[in-house]
Amino acid sequence: MTAADWALLTSTFVASFVECVEALTIVLAMAITRGWRAAVAGTVAALVALAAFTVAAGYALANWLPTAALQLVVGTLLLIFGLQWLRKAILRSAGLKSLHDEEAEFAEQTAAARSAPVRTILGVDAFGFIVSLKGVFLEGVEVVFIVITFGLNAKNVPLASVGGGAAALLVLVLGLVVHRPLSAVPENTLKYGVGLMLTTFGTFWSLEGLGIFRSGRVSLAWPGADWAILVLLAGWFVWSRLLIGWLRRGVDDRRTTVEVAA
Amino acid sequence: MNAVRAVGEFFFELIIGDDPKIAAAVVLALGVALLALVLGASATVVTTVGAVAVVVAFTASLLLGTRR
Repeated sequence: MTAADWALLTSTFVASFVECVEALTIVLAMAITRGWRAAVAGTVAALVALAAFTVAAGYALANWLPTAALQLVVGTLLLIFGLQWLRKAILRSAGLKSLHDEEAEFAEQTAAARSAPVRTILGVDAFGFIVSLKGVFLEGVEVVFIVITFGLNAKNVPLASVGGGAAALLVLVLGLVVHRPLSAVPENTLKYGVGLMLTTFGTFWSLEGLGIFRSGRVSLAWPGADWAILVLLAGWFVWSRLLIGWLRRGVDDRRTTVEVAA
Repeated sequence: MNAVRAVGEFFFELIIGDDPKIAAAVVLALGVALLALVLGASATVVTTVGAVAVVVAFTASLLLGTRR
């Protein structure tokens, strides 16, 4: 395997792992409060829907869109996903948002599930089924999207799928073994890394894809070609650290003012 | 109709998420880069201006969200 193959495998594995940990928390909360039958049925239904979505989206992206349009569409979506992750990571690191905690998320989900009314459809609890289905599908779509786009760009969708699938399998096994949310996973750090990665590739591809609007409809070339990706990654990392430092100083100043006033 | 609405809500939640300012910032930044392209700028200028526009728009959306 080349260095690029390892990079593809690692990035799809990490992105998938983080999303699967969140999905596991939701499914476990439903399983414990609403029963395993509803949680498992919801998860299986979501996986079937995800398989159909993967086939349809993969075929459409690979066959229907010209390269520049593909880069513009997937780049824009990756940029939005990436900046959402990066925003949360910056706010958490600066102390403006509480760290994502799977135990707290689990407690919130179980409390909501316990207070929801009981309604069964075909012997399956409707609330547990719907929440599990929605949770797994929503987290899964992001994984599928990352795997397809990174795989298509590297011209190695099978390897990207191995990365995503291995992470899903690992989380499933860990969930079955420990039977509780995976709160020991350094989720916030992983999300920061994935946010930087998605933002970098999103910036690169979306701007390349603007070439669809010029005559010839060919992608725009970045100065330095693919080396621009490393420059963008370094740039986003440095800028995010500066923002964290700046916002953190603001938080410290406010604390000092409050203490002095008290 | 409920199914269409559910699909719409799903994609809204997926793409817009809990902060619509991020999607707006991305659209705005790409719009700036597209404007440069339409005005005849070279690929180097369009990609550079676009990257800077993304950084500026994201920073503005972040700071707007933290303003008290």
